[in-house]
Amino acid sequence: MAATANPVPLVHLGLEPGPFHERLIAHNRQQAWMNWMGYASPSVLDTVEFEYFAIRNQSTLFDISPMCKYAITGPDAEAVVNRLVTRDMRKLKPGRVAYCIWCDEDGQVVDDGTIFRYSDTEFRLCCQEPQLSWLEDIAWGFDVEISDVTREVAGLALQGPTSCALLKDLGLAGIETLKPFGIAEFKIAGSEVSISRTGFTGDLGYELWMDPADALNVWDALVAAGRLRGLRVIGYEALEMARIEAGFLLPKVDFLSAQTVLRANRASTPYELGLDWLVALDKPHFNGRRALLDLSKKTPRRKLVAIEIERDKPAHNALVYHRKTREVGMVTSALWSPTCKRNIAYAWLDAPYGQSVTDNLWVEIYLQKEIRWQRRMARCQLVDKPFFVHPRRAATPPADH
Amino acid sequence: MTYDAIIVGAGHNGLTAACFMARAGLKTVIVEKEDHVGGAAVSLSLTPGWTYSNCSYVCSLLRPEIIRALELPKHGLQVIPYEGGAVFDSKGDYFAYMSDHDALRRELIRHSPRDADGYERYARAVMRQCKFIKPLLLRTAPDPASLKPRDISELLYILKRFHGLGAREMAETVRFWTMSIAEYLDQYFETPMIKAYIAGSGIIGTGLGPYSPGTAYVLLHHYMGEVDGAIGAWGFARGGMGSITQAMARSFQAAGGEIRTGAGLDRFIIKGGKVRGVALANGDELMADTVVSGMDVRRTFIDHTEEKELPQDFVKGVKRYRFRGSSGKLNIALDGMPTFTAAPKDASFLRGDLHFLDDMEEIERAYDDWKDGKWSASPYVDFLIPTQIDPTMAPPGKHYATIFVQYAPYELADGQWDDANREAFAETVISKIARHSSDFRKLIVHKEVRTPKDIEDQVGLTEGNIFQGELTFDQLLFNRPVPGYAQYRSPIKGLYMCGSSTHPGGGVMGAPGANAAREVLSDLGHRIDMGFSA
Repeated sequence: MAATANPVPLVHLGLEPGPFHERLIAHNRQQAWMNWMGYASPSVLDTVEFEYFAIRNQSTLFDISPMCKYAITGPDAEAVVNRLVTRDMRKLKPGRVAYCIWCDEDGQVVDDGTIFRYSDTEFRLCCQEPQLSWLEDIAWGFDVEISDVTREVAGLALQGPTSCALLKDLGLAGIETLKPFGIAEFKIAGSEVSISRTGFTGDLGYELWMDPADALNVWDALVAAGRLRGLRVIGYEALEMARIEAGFLLPKVDFLSAQTVLRANRASTPYELGLDWLVALDKPHFNGRRALLDLSKKTPRRKLVAIEIERDKPAHNALVYHRKTREVGMVTSALWSPTCKRNIAYAWLDAPYGQSVTDNLWVEIYLQKEIRWQRRMARCQLVDKPFFVHPRRAATPPADH
Repeated sequence: MTYDAIIVGAGHNGLTAACFMARAGLKTVIVEKEDHVGGAAVSLSLTPGWTYSNCSYVCSLLRPEIIRALELPKHGLQVIPYEGGAVFDSKGDYFAYMSDHDALRRELIRHSPRDADGYERYARAVMRQCKFIKPLLLRTAPDPASLKPRDISELLYILKRFHGLGAREMAETVRFWTMSIAEYLDQYFETPMIKAYIAGSGIIGTGLGPYSPGTAYVLLHHYMGEVDGAIGAWGFARGGMGSITQAMARSFQAAGGEIRTGAGLDRFIIKGGKVRGVALANGDELMADTVVSGMDVRRTFIDHTEEKELPQDFVKGVKRYRFRGSSGKLNIALDGMPTFTAAPKDASFLRGDLHFLDDMEEIERAYDDWKDGKWSASPYVDFLIPTQIDPTMAPPGKHYATIFVQYAPYELADGQWDDANREAFAETVISKIARHSSDFRKLIVHKEVRTPKDIEDQVGLTEGNIFQGELTFDQLLFNRPVPGYAQYRSPIKGLYMCGSSTHPGGGVMGAPGANAAREVLSDLGHRIDMGFSA
């Protein structure tokens, strides 16, 4: 039998344009793109510094469409979601969002993400890593439908102190009553937009979800209204600064998914990540529960901690020492926080360091001063997350700025 | 003439062993029956303007430690990774293995979103197994029956690594080493074409079908190579596979070694249970107390050693050792680049390994034909056109196609491997390709056809088995080639084995040669510096 069909076109090669790409191109003066799940995502459009300060001072737009999104619907949707994540989802009311983690059978974290509950029977999961097979495996035997809606939903993060005012300017009646982790439906320039008061910045802010066909229309309306509210389009680098200050962990940077590690001991448990508060051991069976029951009684073999470091040089990729000599851990994320004026970082510390032993810890920082490298041992101490806390994040109704 | 050491066979393993021995200061000679070195890693020109990789055709397994220690790049070796690969089905579609991770994900999703996730899980599982097995390649397999400190410590080393995998992964390892590739892939994939594409690595060179237990390991064997640290990547040796053995020969000669080509072995000279040298077919006798055979275990001990010199259990072990050639090869000079009906013109995946398959069952049926003593009516082919990136093997605008064919029997049930059958075999392969590429046939300028019988006759691999013996668990590690003789020594003092019949087996890897050299040098009391730590 001869193959007589026409050539089958190739899939897209290289970085793929997302739903906001046309507009992002216009703003991306640095032509600096990075790869986010295969999409062209801006790393910096103008200047990282000013993009960052717009998050903490005005309003910012960041395209979050590349996030993996899964719709979980049907009579057993709640049971499936509750079996997936470690939090008790029976307590999540329709119209609310919850930050969650989920684990494998060994109690090792697979990924983190947000669960949106639209009704009794409709949920959406937003996360960094593809999870379709994982979800389907968990849904075996349940009356539920799971579909990948990543390409069916465009997302924009609108974050910053003037973000509520901006949405009010667009005539979104009642947006000021939306509480943190709440969801409500609105229209922007005639397009349906689902808005959640969520974000990755630790500041006042919203995430807007829409049909990709409406993406440019919504974008244009936001940008027009933003002229009076100091709106700035930002790239990943500015967001990364805000997320460290806000105390959020980033998969692939601060921890690795148990699904992707090659070395079994590179995965981490909720207890090691300091996410005990997300584990509801008192709820019925969920993935990893048996292992987590055991793990909850043991001292974690290592722990991800927040540290503050003396002087002003960020401790990127630094090793952590006890008494300047014994290597006890490593830094995963580091930042000189321009808002807190603190030198902050997350670090993995092997037990007992960071748990029963917390004094005399040092990070080894390499500084380049006009080509020459210098090694500096800087004292650090354990501190609480988040580094940045502001009442405007949770104030309802939010102020205009 | 008297030497410190004689190596029989100038294949890549013989050359590797010879290089290390010459570098250790031994006066070393290689004797080779052909008038060129290379064994199954050769580049020959059979028609003016074209060079073929006549036998082995892609490079990945050659251990980087060996490339470096023998300074092969300095002696002319360049390994260039190739991108992509694809399988074409009979319905006019393809699955393209894209080198770009995101493009691959999109291509997997095009066939099945589940398979896109499955691929990530699969890749991780295979990589974990590769990481476990890789350090064992350049180590001598420990004898579990021995109480020598070295064997015990090596066994402990393996056990420790095994235990380090964790409970779940230990179970996975045992499954991997014993399962069929078809059942293994069923755990991760649902698209028949994708499964068939991956399964190829589980049956290449092996007299087993994709549903036969043990084929998952064969896949692993093909995955544990690397190009510049990219594990599982494959590349072309620039100038064909012969450039590997040419570089080794130059490295050997630079270390003071001597190569005698056109010098086939008659027999090993053995006196009082000790080897004394070799008698060549031309009547010459070369003397040495150390002789290392790069030939396969049957050629070495059945064809060139008098049976009375060998213990009965060893001879039995050698006789039952399975070869079972199952592969053929076509090398084709092309007048231009063929087009493929389903593929967009200039698609980058055409630069990789191409296959023409619908599903696993098609491979299994191809295997059924082989069991019946016929070449497969619809064979599995591994088809590459290296000249898309290698400018040295064909004139500009012309191309060279290497076509590996699975399955072809060593002995035909009906008739002999004569010219007519060889031509019919080639026609089966060409017509299969022509169904997907309408201009392929008319672009053919010259072809070389090699059946398992030809591979045995011309290269010296028994029954044409490309691995010098099947890579199944019963013939691996301390059982390769014969229990009790898996550490490169033979029952005859001074006579060693260094071919792919020994641990860790076939593929252009060089590991058996390097390991054998280490054992030889250790027995001779040399301080051993292989240039790498095993």
